[in-house]
Amino acid sequence: MTIELDLRGEVCPYTFVKTKLKLEEVESGEELVVIFDHAPAVENVPRSLKNEGHKIMGIEQKGDHLWKVRIRKA
Amino acid sequence: MIGGFNEEQIRRYSRHIILPEVGGKGQKKLLSSKVLCIGAGGLGSPVIEYLAAAGVGTIGIIDDDTVDLSNLQRQVIHGGNVGKSKVESAKQFVNNLNPDIEVKTYVERLNANNVIDIFNEYDIIVDGSDNFATRYLVNDACVITNKPLSHGSIYRFEGQVTTIIPHKGPCYRCLFEHAPPPGMVPSCQEAGVLGVLPGIIGVIQATEVVKYLLGIGELLVGRLVYYDALNMTFQEIKMRWNKNCPICGEEPKITSIQEEIYGDSCRIW
Repeated sequence: MTIELDLRGEVCPYTFVKTKLKLEEVESGEELVVIFDHAPAVENVPRSLKNEGHKIMGIEQKGDHLWKVRIRKA
Repeated sequence: MIGGFNEEQIRRYSRHIILPEVGGKGQKKLLSSKVLCIGAGGLGSPVIEYLAAAGVGTIGIIDDDTVDLSNLQRQVIHGGNVGKSKVESAKQFVNNLNPDIEVKTYVERLNANNVIDIFNEYDIIVDGSDNFATRYLVNDACVITNKPLSHGSIYRFEGQVTTIIPHKGPCYRCLFEHAPPPGMVPSCQEAGVLGVLPGIIGVIQATEVVKYLLGIGELLVGRLVYYDALNMTFQEIKMRWNKNCPICGEEPKITSIQEEIYGDSCRIW
């Protein structure tokens, strides 16, 4: 079962803060999918997560302003 | 709610949560921590201010004094509260800054009879007192109850700060076995103090407390930072455990807190 976090309506830096908090609840090796509608987050959040050692498994554009980022927890 | 934090807390603590060394986990540690501040004066003001801002969940404040106009030159949390009890004034400040914090107030003097029971309620003790009797009482009670202690003191343009982890590093008595004789060292009241000085020393104490609670970095254990505001220098003085220390040595002479050791501020040993 994939854990999903819907961050539509949220902006930076809270997109990262909330993703990070959710990841703390996820087991190591598990995947988390985060939904963003804030374009800068699609670049910033994966970069910050990589800095903390997590893996970005994929970034999918689902619409004009809608992205799904798949993260594997370190 | 994400990870136990509500929307307001996520925003309030976001700059902590972003830090890899803190994160949500560290912020939760702070929120569940209990810190006792001895004194809500010059040193206590910045300590209370920054610990409350950081989200230290329970802050105990002990002080039997009331706010005087002459305090406001350095005691920055008491604005508008002249004549009010310092602990009540401090509590009001904390409530305005961060409603997450529970403030426990003690409008009394710390003494040989109440010190152990009060200390037992807390994870770490911050000494912001202004007299040797309290300073030695706090040190000895921290060794006996095995509580970490942040020591700070100020004089005119100079301050010193160190962190004491009983039985893991030296204590205050390892460095200064006894208080100076009465009358040798003038009090803040007689000597004067540069208003910003307690701000600097108190903020270092708050930094040490936050680091201790988070379990990060290197604490000032076995090191005393001596600050000179006039020359703007920070010196580090190595402190060694004294095996003959009367409280934390191999054969301690002090094994319990007895009133006659401390008495009032004019008579210690």
